[in-house]
Amino acid sequence: MSKRDLRLKIDELSSSLGTFKGLEIEVGRIFEEDWEEPVGPTPFPSVGTLRSWDLKLLGKYRPFYMPFCDLCCLCTFGKCDLTGDKRGACGITMAGQQSRIVLIACCIGASTHAAHARHMLDHLIEEYGRDVPLDVALNTNVEAPNIRLVCGIRPKTLRDLEDALDYVETQLVQLVAATHTGQEGDNLDFESKAFHAGMLDHVAMEVADIAQIAALGMPKGVPDAPVTQLGFGSIDTSKTVIMCIGHNVLPSVDIIDYLMDHDLFGEVEVGGLCCTAHDNSRYDRRAKIIGPISWQLRFIRSGIPDVIVVDEQCLRTDVLLEAEGIGVPVVATSEKSCLGLVDRTGDDPDVIVGDLVEGRVPGVLIVDPRKVGEVVVKTALKVGPRRAGFKAMTREMVAEMAKKCRSCMECVRACPNNLPVMDAVHAAAQGDFEPLAELYHRCVGCGRCESACPVDFPIITFINKGAEEAIMDEKFPIRVGRGAIQDVEIREVGRAIVFGEIPGVVALVGCANYPAGGSDVARIAEEFLRRRFIVVTTGCSAMDIAMTRDEDGLNLYEKYSGNFDAGGLVNIGSCVSNAHITGAAIKIANIFAKRPLRANYEEIADYIHNRVGAVGVAWGAMSQKAASIAAGCWRLGIPVVVGPHGSKYRRMLLGRKEREEDWKVYDARTGDEVYVGPAPEHLFYAAETAEEAMVMIAKLSMRPNDTSKGRAVKLSHYIDLHQRHYGCMPDDLHLYVRREADVPFTMRDEIMEALGRAGWAEERIAMPDPTMLDRLVRGRG
Amino acid sequence: MAAKTIPGQTAEIAGPKKAFVIPKPEVAAAMIKRAKRALLVVGSDAINSKTRDGDLVDSAIRLGRMGNMTVVATGHLVGEFRRRGDEDARTMPLMNLGDRLRDPGWGGFDGGGPYDLALFVGLPYYMEWLVLSGLKSFAPELRTVSLERAYQPNASWTLGNTAQEEWEEIIDRIASILEGK
Repeated sequence: MSKRDLRLKIDELSSSLGTFKGLEIEVGRIFEEDWEEPVGPTPFPSVGTLRSWDLKLLGKYRPFYMPFCDLCCLCTFGKCDLTGDKRGACGITMAGQQSRIVLIACCIGASTHAAHARHMLDHLIEEYGRDVPLDVALNTNVEAPNIRLVCGIRPKTLRDLEDALDYVETQLVQLVAATHTGQEGDNLDFESKAFHAGMLDHVAMEVADIAQIAALGMPKGVPDAPVTQLGFGSIDTSKTVIMCIGHNVLPSVDIIDYLMDHDLFGEVEVGGLCCTAHDNSRYDRRAKIIGPISWQLRFIRSGIPDVIVVDEQCLRTDVLLEAEGIGVPVVATSEKSCLGLVDRTGDDPDVIVGDLVEGRVPGVLIVDPRKVGEVVVKTALKVGPRRAGFKAMTREMVAEMAKKCRSCMECVRACPNNLPVMDAVHAAAQGDFEPLAELYHRCVGCGRCESACPVDFPIITFINKGAEEAIMDEKFPIRVGRGAIQDVEIREVGRAIVFGEIPGVVALVGCANYPAGGSDVARIAEEFLRRRFIVVTTGCSAMDIAMTRDEDGLNLYEKYSGNFDAGGLVNIGSCVSNAHITGAAIKIANIFAKRPLRANYEEIADYIHNRVGAVGVAWGAMSQKAASIAAGCWRLGIPVVVGPHGSKYRRMLLGRKEREEDWKVYDARTGDEVYVGPAPEHLFYAAETAEEAMVMIAKLSMRPNDTSKGRAVKLSHYIDLHQRHYGCMPDDLHLYVRREADVPFTMRDEIMEALGRAGWAEERIAMPDPTMLDRLVRGRG
Repeated sequence: MAAKTIPGQTAEIAGPKKAFVIPKPEVAAAMIKRAKRALLVVGSDAINSKTRDGDLVDSAIRLGRMGNMTVVATGHLVGEFRRRGDEDARTMPLMNLGDRLRDPGWGGFDGGGPYDLALFVGLPYYMEWLVLSGLKSFAPELRTVSLERAYQPNASWTLGNTAQEEWEEIIDRIASILEGK
C-alpha cells in the first residue's frame, strides 16, 4: 500500500535551525513501511524507465514489419506514401509508422482493460466500500504479483487498487501522446513503448480480476472449480432466455442477483457470450456459457434469446439491428457502447419495461448496473411468452432463396478464410445442406459474406440451418474460471518448470478468429496435455477447448484435472484473468527462486525469460486487447505464437538463430559472456498451420537454464513433433544440444548422427547461470 | 489471360505501388530463366490446390527441377515433399523466411548469397499479402512474383484473378517452357 500526494503546509516553524515561514512540503508517494521487502529499482516505472531492458530484448528479437497499409493518414499533410525508403511529411519512415500503429493498438487494448478495471473498481467500492480485503486465492500471500512487481505496492484492499489504476491511466496518456505527429520517430522506441503498454495492461487486468474475485466471491484459485455447461444445447429453451454479451460482468451480476432474490432461475435462463459468460459462470454456475465471441450472430439469428444485454468490448456494433430482426429488445449498459440508445438510467424501471415490451423503443441504455437486473428480468418474462411463436427461417426457405444466387463469388472473396460459401449455397439450392453444415465448424461468424452479397443473403442464418441438428446437440461441460494460481502450487511445480522437467507452460488464450475452426485449439491443448505440459487457458480459447469430444464422448475438461501441474488443464477465466498467467510466471521467480519482487521488473523478467519455459498461444487473436496482452508477455520475455490471422498485427519479433552473437548472456557466476543458443528463438511469431505452431511451441519452451534432464525432455517433444508433422528431423538440433547428456536417450543414435553431420561440438553451447543484466553478475572471472 | 487487378480478398487493396500483372506464362518463365538465384516458396495450401501434375506440391517439384530453383516449403508442408520422394525441398516458416529475404546479408539456404527472385504459391492469401508487403518496402533488391490464382497487389509481378482451369494451364505452361517444350 502507498500513500499518495502528501502535502504538508506550515505557515511558520521555529526550530534550532531557524524559523521557516510559508514552508510547504510535497511528497508524491510514501511507500508502506510494514512491508519488509525493500523497494526495488523501478517503482511505478515511467515510459522510459525500462527502455534499456526493452532494447536488450529488441536486439535479440528484431521487428519484421509487414505493412498493412503503405500510407499514413493521421494528419492533414497526408496521405503520405511511406513505401520503401520514402518518408512522410513529418519525417516518419515505414518502420516507424508500423511500430507506431503497433503502439496505438496496444494502447487501445490496455486502455480498454484499464477502463473496464476502473468501472469495476469504482462500482465495487461504491457497493461494498474501500475496505474489502483482497482475498484472492487460497494458500496465497502474493495476491497481486503484477501490481507488486510493477508498482512496488502490496495492495490489501480495494482502496489500494486505486493507486495501481491511477498509475496505469497516467502512463497510458503518456503513451498515446507519443503517437502524435512529430513525437516519437524511432521504431524501436515505439516498440519499447508498446511493451510498456503491455505491462500496464497486465496491471489493469489484475486490478479488474482481483477486485471482482474479492468482492463478488468468484472462485479463489481452486483447481476443482465448479462445472457449468457450454453450447447452444445447454440453454433450456422452454425458459425465457436472457443473453449477455461482452466482458464486464457487473450488469449480469445484477441480473443473476435479481433472479436469485426472486427465485426465478426456474423460469429464466441466463446465457452469456464471450468473457461475460466466463465471469457470469464464476459468479454463479447456473449461468450458461453459450460460446465464444464469434457466435454472436449465430445465437441471435437462432431466435433463442428473449432479451439481449450488452456490456462492453468485442460486441457486434450492429447488435441492435440484429435484435430487431428477431423482435427482441436490447439493453445497453456501458457508456462506452451506447449504441445510439436513449439513456433511461434515471427512469422508473416499470416504465422502461413497458416501453421495451410494447416495442415503443428498440432498446435502452441503463448505465447503473443496479437497475439492469430488474429491468431485464421483468422485460424477459414478458417478452418471452410473446415470442413463443417466433419462427426462424426453415430449410425450405433457405433452398428457395439460394436459387437466386448470382454466382459472383463475392462471399468467398469476403470470407477471411476463403471458405467455399458459394458452393455451399448452390448445394442448398439443390436441397443438400451438408456443405453448409460443414462450414459451420470453420466459420468465424464475422458476417462479411453477408455484407458482400449483392442479393443480401443472410448467409450466417443459412449456415445455422445447415447445421441445426449439430447445433442443438452442442452441450459441453467446462470448469468455470478458477482465477489465480495459488502460491502453494507454485512452490510445488516451480522447480520442475525452471529446471525443465515439466517441459513447459502453454497458455492458450484469446479470441476466436481461427483459420480452420476452434477444434485446432483443442487439438493443440491435447497434444501438450498428453506431453505433460501445464496448459492454462482463458477467454474464447477456454471455450473452444471444451467443444471437442473424443470417441468416448469426453472433452478435455473431463479428461484432465484443473491442477496447475504437469498434464493439468487450467481454465483461468476471462480476458482480465490473463493477468494470473503472467502472475504465475512472476510468482515462480519470486516464490520458488526467492527473487525480490517489489518494483524489480528487469530482474524478474530476466529470470522468466531465461528460465521459465512459458509460451503464450493466441491461435485466434483478433483484438487490440490481444495485442496488448501479448505485449505484456513480451516485456517479461515470454514468447507468443499467434495463428495465421495474427500476421495482421503487421509486425513479428523474430530471432535469427544462426547469428551466434545474438544469443549470448552473462554467466552470473563469473561475468563471462557466453553463447547459449537460440532459446527461445522468437518473441512474437505467426504460424501458418496448427502443426507448425505445435512444433514451434515445443521449441520455444526451451530456455538457457534447462538442466540436461530438462533439455532432453524438451528436445524429445520438439523432435517427436517435428518428425510427426514435418516428416523429418529438425535441422537445428546442433543449436540446442549443449552436451551429450542433453540428448534424449530413446533417440540417441539418430540425433548423434544428425549432430555429426552438422559439425556439432560438445560444450560449445554454455550452461551458465544466465542473465542479460550485468548488475546481476555475482563474481567476475 | 485475365488481367483483373482487384485483390483476391475483399478490402486487401493495394498501396501506391502495385503489382504488375503477368500477361502470359512466357513472361513468368522468362523471369525464372533470367534470375541468378530464384527461390520458389510453397505454402501449406498447396496440397489442396489441384493442378495438371496432381496438386501444387507435384507442380512445385517439377517447377523447382526445371527452373533450377530452390524450393522451400512453409508451414509443415515439407513432409509432403518427402513423401513424394523429393529430398531437396527446404523448409522454413513463412515469417522466418520473410525476415531473411529482406536481409541482404542472408546467404540463402546454400550459403550462395541472396536470392534475386522469390516466387510464392500455395499460401493463405492474407499471409502472402503481408509478407509481400514487407518485402516490397524492406527488400528493394528482391523481385517477387505471385503465382496464385488471385491478384496479389504487393508482389512485383502477379498473376491476375484467374479461373481454376486457366490457372492450371498457366502453371503447366510455365513448367513446360522451363522444360524447353
